[in-house]
Amino acid sequence: MAEKPKVAFYWCASCGGCEEAVVDLAEAILDVIAAVEIVFWPVAMDFKRKDLEAMPDGSISATFLNGAIRTTEQAEMAHLLRGKSKLLVALGSCSHLGGIPGLANLFDRESLFKAVYLESPSTVNFEATLPTARHKDDGHEVELPGFYNTVRPLDQVVDVDYYIPGCPPTPRIFRTALQTLLGGELPPKGSVLAPDRALCDECPRRDTKPEHLSITEFKRPQQVLIDEEKCLLAQGLLCMGPATRGGCEALCINGNMPCTGCCGPTSRVRDQGGKILSSLASLVDSKEDAEIDRILATIPDPVGSFYRYSLPGSLLRRKKLDGASVQAPTPT
Amino acid sequence: MDPANTNKASTGGTGVYVCHCGTNIAGIVDVHVVVEYAATLPSVAIARDYKYLCSTPGQELIKQDIHEHGIDRVVVAACSPCLHEKTFRKAIADAGLNPYFVQIVNLREHDSWVHTDHTAATQKAMDLIRAAVRRVRIHKPLNPKRVSVHPDVLVVGGGIAGIHAALTLADAGKHVYLVERDATIGGHMAMFDKTFPTLDCAACILTPKMTAVQAHPKITLWTLSEVTQVDGYVGNYKVTVKRKPRFVLEDACVGCMECIEACVYKQAKVPDEFNMYLGKRKPIYIPFPQAVPQVVVIDPETCIEFKSGKCKKTCVEVCADRKAIDFHQPEKIETIDVGTIILATGFYTFNAKRIPYYGYGTYPNVYTALEVERLVNSAGPTGGEIVLRDGRRPKAVGIVHCVGSRDENTNRYCSRVCCMYSLKLAHLIKERSEAEVFNFYIDMRTPGKGFEEFYNRVAEEGTHFIRGRVADIYPDPQDQGRLLMCAEDTLMGVICKVPVDMVILATGLEPQPDAQEIRRRFHITCSMEGFFLERHPKLAPVSTFTDGVFLAGCCQGPKDIPDTVAQAGAAAAEALALIDAGYVEQEPYTASVLEEECSGCKTCIPICPYQAITLLEDKKKANINEVLCKGCGTCVAACPSGSIQQNFFEDQEIFAEIEGLLSYA
Repeated sequence: MAEKPKVAFYWCASCGGCEEAVVDLAEAILDVIAAVEIVFWPVAMDFKRKDLEAMPDGSISATFLNGAIRTTEQAEMAHLLRGKSKLLVALGSCSHLGGIPGLANLFDRESLFKAVYLESPSTVNFEATLPTARHKDDGHEVELPGFYNTVRPLDQVVDVDYYIPGCPPTPRIFRTALQTLLGGELPPKGSVLAPDRALCDECPRRDTKPEHLSITEFKRPQQVLIDEEKCLLAQGLLCMGPATRGGCEALCINGNMPCTGCCGPTSRVRDQGGKILSSLASLVDSKEDAEIDRILATIPDPVGSFYRYSLPGSLLRRKKLDGASVQAPTPT
Repeated sequence: MDPANTNKASTGGTGVYVCHCGTNIAGIVDVHVVVEYAATLPSVAIARDYKYLCSTPGQELIKQDIHEHGIDRVVVAACSPCLHEKTFRKAIADAGLNPYFVQIVNLREHDSWVHTDHTAATQKAMDLIRAAVRRVRIHKPLNPKRVSVHPDVLVVGGGIAGIHAALTLADAGKHVYLVERDATIGGHMAMFDKTFPTLDCAACILTPKMTAVQAHPKITLWTLSEVTQVDGYVGNYKVTVKRKPRFVLEDACVGCMECIEACVYKQAKVPDEFNMYLGKRKPIYIPFPQAVPQVVVIDPETCIEFKSGKCKKTCVEVCADRKAIDFHQPEKIETIDVGTIILATGFYTFNAKRIPYYGYGTYPNVYTALEVERLVNSAGPTGGEIVLRDGRRPKAVGIVHCVGSRDENTNRYCSRVCCMYSLKLAHLIKERSEAEVFNFYIDMRTPGKGFEEFYNRVAEEGTHFIRGRVADIYPDPQDQGRLLMCAEDTLMGVICKVPVDMVILATGLEPQPDAQEIRRRFHITCSMEGFFLERHPKLAPVSTFTDGVFLAGCCQGPKDIPDTVAQAGAAAAEALALIDAGYVEQEPYTASVLEEECSGCKTCIPICPYQAITLLEDKKKANINEVLCKGCGTCVAACPSGSIQQNFFEDQEIFAEIEGLLSYA
């Protein structure tokens, strides 16, 4: 009997939801465990970094890495896992495009530290201690992970073979992706393992979207009683569905909430936020500057709406830093 | 010609050709450095420079390289693609390559003409060429598409320009729709008395042409009508025309005008537009005796029947069995198909009230030139007698040139016709009265055939010429009936105050007040002054940036009657050229939906300006009608899932160009 493929899971800058997603496979996880040998999965089993270092290069068939890269430790682990793995798969929005943590790219490290460790109302920090790469305590000095100015998706740090999208990837997307990878017939390198059509294709409300949609105002979900049948864009809600890769079975829509774009753009679009912007702007129902401004002002947080999961992976990448280098983030 | 950098593989590869354009490019850009650099770029097999690439030997050079060195992509760094893209496409097609395998780099308009720093301009040239080399490698083969041209023509505006264009086309056997906003055709020319410099009677030369329009079997004349919508594209325009009611049936009215006699208004009481409100007309009237069509018109604003519904309707009684009067005639919307459009919407005369110190509207004896045209006209309100508003006959008349022209505060441009018509009016006033005439001018502009001679003749007749801009006009404190015209005579170097009985303001020509609206309706552009913009000031003076839409007359800029007629003839010829060719070649830059990838989100459907996109009901996918697609790219930009692509502007082509531009390879 052939040796079972060796699989690793790792977690960088993310919420942990993608690890949950693996468990969300429910009974199907047993089939996965039967088909593969898990050689590294710190969140669930007791593995140490030295165990990984001991493995020969290329000995892991596939590593599923979730989370973006924002610390030196995460970058080191990404490089280490890359070397040990035949296939490196970015799992979930953060690893794929930067994800929610990627919105930190609207700020720099110092202002983030200030907000989190000094100014947050729930923080008590009399000595104004901030994270540092070296810390002395009781005569001992420890080295700690350094914090980059810029959050990066995995492929801006190491070479990535495949992407599994979603925040988190739905069980079906994850299961189908696993089957594809285990099936032997590998898709072209760089593929996102999900359907390459926008969400509208599988949206149960597609037929209720009018052919001549014109936008006079954007409403936020808490401001309206949302009709459960009708296209959300037609109700004035900002739905990212037209610009977002489908495959999720429209879970949010079925929960009567608009799509927020977690699966990223289709393969034909480089910048999801830019694309939905130019799309919605085309449908704004006015030719007068003042009226257009009024309509667009009903979107209170454009970056957080259009680039919620994709800012670091977009053409924009981050807010411009004054003087600091974006290209070579330094850990200290 | 410099030795070619042919040190690369001799089959396949890109050829880069840098044009000196005489010194236009080579004077700023170091073309030798650029060529040397281009030769080092990936895929470039040959890089050359040449003095004039657009010349036959220049094109031959490219063809030869294609034959001898197997070049399969070409970058031409020269002038704007607007000028010679077609030239080079044809050249490489002659040599067996797909015509779309050439990419033009605009080194002239985008580089050498707009920069003065040689080093930076040379660097920019290298950057632009690097972008083009990257792009051209992934060009896909394309072929221009042909669309047929509908033989009917729409002419908008029934002044002399529209009339001449319509007659020229109709005489060539083409069916013309002539749409006029007023109740009659004739335009401004119909209001003039004589025309400069020959002093032909305007009506004598114009009315035969107006009648010819009426009688021509190939001309459909719609007066009181306006174009409200224009859809489609060259060769295939769909035009919507709103025909306002005349309240008199054109087919039934024979022009006997008995109804005007019979109107319950015994005296004409309504200020008459055609006579610049100097005369009166009735609510039922004909604008002027030779109006075309010879059909009366009812003005619903002043007709008692419209205002109270209680008129005796003596007009209807006298019309009797002809039953031509219809108080309930509805507005009509017509939709027509035409292949080409000629805009001849004319001009607006400068509102003299905008210069308050000339006193127009304040002092009754200050007139505009157009009012005087009516006063001196034998068919005008005074029968050609020069009688002032207060009934006096003027003994001295002052004419102010450049009112609303050549003036920082109003219009900076010269209206081209005012000097000449001022001379004409001076002549006519002297001919018909005893008055002394004073012309206040800045510069006398008489640059036309027989114009200078006419100026000399008027001077010899005893008209006084004072070189100076009039600064003020006010009542003479000594004699309240008189006006004092105050100006510096710049030839004498003195301030002069000339007492006159009548002032004539030579008002300039302005764009029609709704020119911007019209421009949008016909998808064309306006110049800074607001006149419709021609495609090229020298080489395409009657074309616009919208194919199949042409310009004639003063809507394009101020001009006199001979120039207007010449331009109208040219516009008609341009339209005829399209019609007789039968088809136009269009760039194949159409967009298409990737059907498999389309999510059916319908974003593209409402935004297409050409209504080319529909939703396939069975498949729930968008579909673009290639014939209707004009390649504007709106849907491509808007498709949120990137499932619409456009020929020649595919994302990867544009990104290749951007990456090339930004990479310092």
